[in-house]
Amino acid sequence: MNLASIASLDRRWIFLAVGLLVILPLAFGFHIAPVEPSPRSRGFYDAIEKLPEGSTVLLSGDYDPSTIAENYPMHLAAARHLMRRNMKIIALALYPAGPPLTDQVLHLVGAEFGKKEGVDYVNLGYKTGNELVMSSMGSSIPRTFPVDRRGIPVSEIPVMKGIQNYEQFSLLVNVSAGFPGTKEWVQQVVSRYHLPMVAGVTAVSAPEYYPYLQTGQLHGLLGGMAGAAEYEALINRPALAMRGMDAQSLAHVFIALMILLGNLAFIGKQPARRA
Amino acid sequence: MHMSQDIGVWVAALLTLGIFSFLYRDNPVYKFCEHLFVGVSAGYYVVLTYFSSIKPNLLVPLFGHFGEGRNFLLIIPFVLSLFLFSRFFPRGDWLSRWSIATILGVYPALRITGFGQSDLVQQVGGSILPFWVAGDPLTSFNNTLLVLGLLATLVFFFFSKEHEGAVGGIAKVGVYFLMVSFGASYGYTVMARVSLLVGRVMFLLDNWAGLVRF
Repeated sequence: MNLASIASLDRRWIFLAVGLLVILPLAFGFHIAPVEPSPRSRGFYDAIEKLPEGSTVLLSGDYDPSTIAENYPMHLAAARHLMRRNMKIIALALYPAGPPLTDQVLHLVGAEFGKKEGVDYVNLGYKTGNELVMSSMGSSIPRTFPVDRRGIPVSEIPVMKGIQNYEQFSLLVNVSAGFPGTKEWVQQVVSRYHLPMVAGVTAVSAPEYYPYLQTGQLHGLLGGMAGAAEYEALINRPALAMRGMDAQSLAHVFIALMILLGNLAFIGKQPARRA
Repeated sequence: MHMSQDIGVWVAALLTLGIFSFLYRDNPVYKFCEHLFVGVSAGYYVVLTYFSSIKPNLLVPLFGHFGEGRNFLLIIPFVLSLFLFSRFFPRGDWLSRWSIATILGVYPALRITGFGQSDLVQQVGGSILPFWVAGDPLTSFNNTLLVLGLLATLVFFFFSKEHEGAVGGIAKVGVYFLMVSFGASYGYTVMARVSLLVGRVMFLLDNWAGLVRF
């Protein structure tokens, strides 16, 4: 097979190769390279570590099952880190399918650390309105979320006692799949209310948030599964993301090789085209 | 090794495989899964919006509390939301323009203020950096690269002068910076797509087939 034949290669062979490169490491669990935390992930970790124990944190899980592979591990790791440090968690979601995932994360991690729903954490659920919800929370959280996800009035929930607006939070932790998400929280809340913020985002959207990191509007950033794996390493609790990174790395090497071969084949065809 | 006995997991696994069948070629199974997803999502969204927003934030405060505590100001959004449905009636569809005008008036105003602060003022401030940081040559290099890259890219998007001579040269440097940026974005996109595949394979191997525990 020469380089020119790559151009006519049936793409399904590439799909099959990528599929096998993902399935085999996951099925047999071999390990390729260690996960080294980046300064961005360390910033995320440090922002939580620096908070006094028992602080109240706003945890917004703005994603749905379509990005569960990237966002769920970082959501889980963030909840573990927060509960390990005895933070009070006020959770919400700006994606319609987000609240069940937030419930799953909080119940799972809450059981691990012996935390009680309503006392140590609450899931306020979903509210439509995107930026309007964020803006409205700046005026009054109880008015924006009169009841939690279970339908219990927030006035009757112990962890919500004294929570009026963003002033009662020490940190905003956002797990975001896109719109509405990190960009909107920075624009509506960080810039107006100066609430410190960290974000875990999908890889496809991560480059968009680097400017916020550079200007200090974000204190830390987890980009995709790699970012989640780095964070799992930092909290010393390997989980889903670290298990997925070997498959991810192998697929990346293969795709990079295909891009290289594809470009070489294209360059090889150039003189013939000119002729 | 135990395959799942949960009907929900089986439905999810078969739908995942149905969607993956598109990788071989388009087929009726894929089409069924796709249409099912669209329909279920729409239904879920309508029900969730009613119970999470319309009922607790509008209907209960407006009609639910008999006696004290009623918020009569909510009549305004209630009426405006009803006006949106006037689009179904050709003779009264002009009423919906009031609702749309309200949305168009409030929403951009809300976004512009936040955007101006976080994406303009803060970003301009963030790009005013010292070229030389004593004792830290790497930061000095990064700062210089960032400022030069920013200026060159801005010149590329400056179309009031033809891109010739020095302006053309700087614009070309700007193109290289843009290419690096697109490359980084593409790399992240590949990572995102592979991650999604990893997630589904984990689900199939663990939750469904029970071959591996993650």
